[in-house]
Amino acid sequence: MADIDLVKTLATTVAAGTPVLYATLGEILTERSGVLNLGLEGMLLVGGMGGFAATTATGNVFIGVLVSLAAGAALALIHAFFTCSIGVNQVVSGLSLTLVGTGVASYFGKSLVGQAAKDSFQSLKIPVLSDLPVLGPILFSQNLFVYFSFLLVPALFFFIYRTRPGLNLRAVGESPATADAQGISVAGTRYLYTIAGGALVGMGGAAISLGSNPNWQENITAGRGWIAVGLVIFALWNPWRALVGAYLFGGMEAFQFSLQVAGVPVSSYFLRMLPYLLTIAALVFTQWRLKDQTGRASSAAPSGLGLFYLRRERG
Amino acid sequence: MKKSRSISYVSALAGLLMALSLLLMACGDNTATTVPATTAAAAATTVAGTTVAATTAAGVTVTSTTVAGVAATTVASTAATSGEKFKVAFVYVGPIGDGGWTFAHEQARLKLVKALPNVEATYIESVEETPSVAEPVINELAQKGNKIIFTTSFGYMDPTINVAKKFPNVYFEHATGYKTAANVAVYQVRQYQPRYLAGIVAGKMTKSNIIGYVAAFPIPEVVGGIDAFTLGVRSVNPNAKVKVVWTNTWYDPGLEKTAAKSLLDAGADILAQHQDTPSTLQAAQEAGKYAFGNDSIMESYAPKAHLASPYWDWSLYYIDRVKAAMAGTWKTGSYFGGFKEGAVDLSPLNAAVPDDVKKLVDDKKAAMKAGTFDVYTGPIKDQTGAVKVAQGASLSDEQIVSIDYFVEGVDGTIPK
Repeated sequence: MADIDLVKTLATTVAAGTPVLYATLGEILTERSGVLNLGLEGMLLVGGMGGFAATTATGNVFIGVLVSLAAGAALALIHAFFTCSIGVNQVVSGLSLTLVGTGVASYFGKSLVGQAAKDSFQSLKIPVLSDLPVLGPILFSQNLFVYFSFLLVPALFFFIYRTRPGLNLRAVGESPATADAQGISVAGTRYLYTIAGGALVGMGGAAISLGSNPNWQENITAGRGWIAVGLVIFALWNPWRALVGAYLFGGMEAFQFSLQVAGVPVSSYFLRMLPYLLTIAALVFTQWRLKDQTGRASSAAPSGLGLFYLRRERG
Repeated sequence: MKKSRSISYVSALAGLLMALSLLLMACGDNTATTVPATTAAAAATTVAGTTVAATTAAGVTVTSTTVAGVAATTVASTAATSGEKFKVAFVYVGPIGDGGWTFAHEQARLKLVKALPNVEATYIESVEETPSVAEPVINELAQKGNKIIFTTSFGYMDPTINVAKKFPNVYFEHATGYKTAANVAVYQVRQYQPRYLAGIVAGKMTKSNIIGYVAAFPIPEVVGGIDAFTLGVRSVNPNAKVKVVWTNTWYDPGLEKTAAKSLLDAGADILAQHQDTPSTLQAAQEAGKYAFGNDSIMESYAPKAHLASPYWDWSLYYIDRVKAAMAGTWKTGSYFGGFKEGAVDLSPLNAAVPDDVKKLVDDKKAAMKAGTFDVYTGPIKDQTGAVKVAQGASLSDEQIVSIDYFVEGVDGTIPK
């Protein structure tokens, strides 16, 4: 591995992992409330297209990001309605959401194909910090999406594990009946975090269409939503691990090319397979390890995940 | 109580959706009238679509508007016609909004309709290349009374041949394949010709003598393109090297960008590409370097970085063939259009390219148009230095479409 520029490759790793990180964080928030939303790919696309369209119309990227958040949230609201109010199977609703989201993004995006971004988030060197050796170029010479994710990960972790609303969120996901008995609105909580999660996923779309690839093309995400679905499990529903997972994915993407450039004889087909392989390996590993600790198989998933909750009427 | 609550949910939802769509509509005028059917069908086929999405989950990238959704497109546009027009159909492998391969075919279809007002040309987009998906689609188009059907991707080869057997009175045209029949012709363009010209520009413009090439799949079309590009580079700059990385995908904007960055990190100051997206150009623009587009003119995505794009114009061939079909003079054949036929070109060069380089490119272009210059003319050596094409000899068309080695000057390997 003589000719690999490690620092540059790691900087590319962080950039490549960031959109997936947003999607993963959004889904963690949603799944923590007990709602499985497999519509990530659709929300990413709608967010990416909405953000790009709004930026094209207004010339302002920040309005673009707001529209991305709103678009992801709006799509998630549909999912929340079907799964929390009507009780539609969450898997079916989520998969439908992917199809709807892809269709909506393609339809409204038709006229945007071929247009250059009016404005986009370019990389922005943070003074002082970007001069640090090694860490400077890797972490502090990126775009705003990357910097915001640095704040978002600890903030989400703190929120989920150290605050009362976070406790309520986990309670609804683990045992909706208990939470309900405590006076927490199960449907309300699930609505809230499904929508909030959707907004974050929408922002992941913006991180692509306004950040890493500032233009609109159909299916611009190329399956990253599905990677994020896997990473949520890899992360055991923990934001810090999500960061690790997303960067592992980004690293697989970045290193397959630096290895090729360095002339290391590794099959590119094999390298391309690695992100998927790694997710499976992580699944097996975490499953096996948790079994070790508790003495029985446990998936670490919120116990109420995927289940519709309806309070039994009395009398 | 309960009822009224769910009603208020529904109206809130409907309101929000409408607000969202109005907002989005305001942001861009919508061009195609057939598209609502696509979206509606995509939404309606959610249950049937489960299998599609499941394949996606397994890692295969599939656009959502696959057959079920898209079949509606044809129905919608067919219903809107008077019925007396000459019916032509196109089968596309990607979405028309891919900005690359399918986009170029779609532009040609639009030109065809404009040139021949008596023609009604419909299309089906994002049709998977799997025979079980593609064959029924082509079959249905033939049944619907289309007189000539263009299938625009390599994977449609056998499905096209199979359907053609059942419809001897319908003409079929298959792009990039090699199987013909009495009513099946094949067509392809000489992509390598403008790539050679791009190589000349790159060879002249590079300062580091390292040129990067983001390549999709190790198939002859791509390998031969890299060879032609490198021959162009080395014709003006024998010290330059062309570094190749493989992405193993036609279409993944994020991954292509990462690939392009890795080449820039390795010292490349000019990037070329054989991919369907402008990501390589964007990576170059961010780094203040130059790059080439591919398939369509990609200048708008990165005007500063864009040196030129090799692109293909399928419209001349389409107009020709549809005219022949209408006149009853259509004959099978295999078309391999280049500069001579006006089927390929290199877009206007970046203003930063010096005039002497422009002239060099123009001269070679003129020579290819006149047929006095051939890209694959000997002596051509492969990477090991072995002579592959002797002095004075040149590759035949059969050899060009099956080329499987890198020429001298390429820094990279072809995965086996």
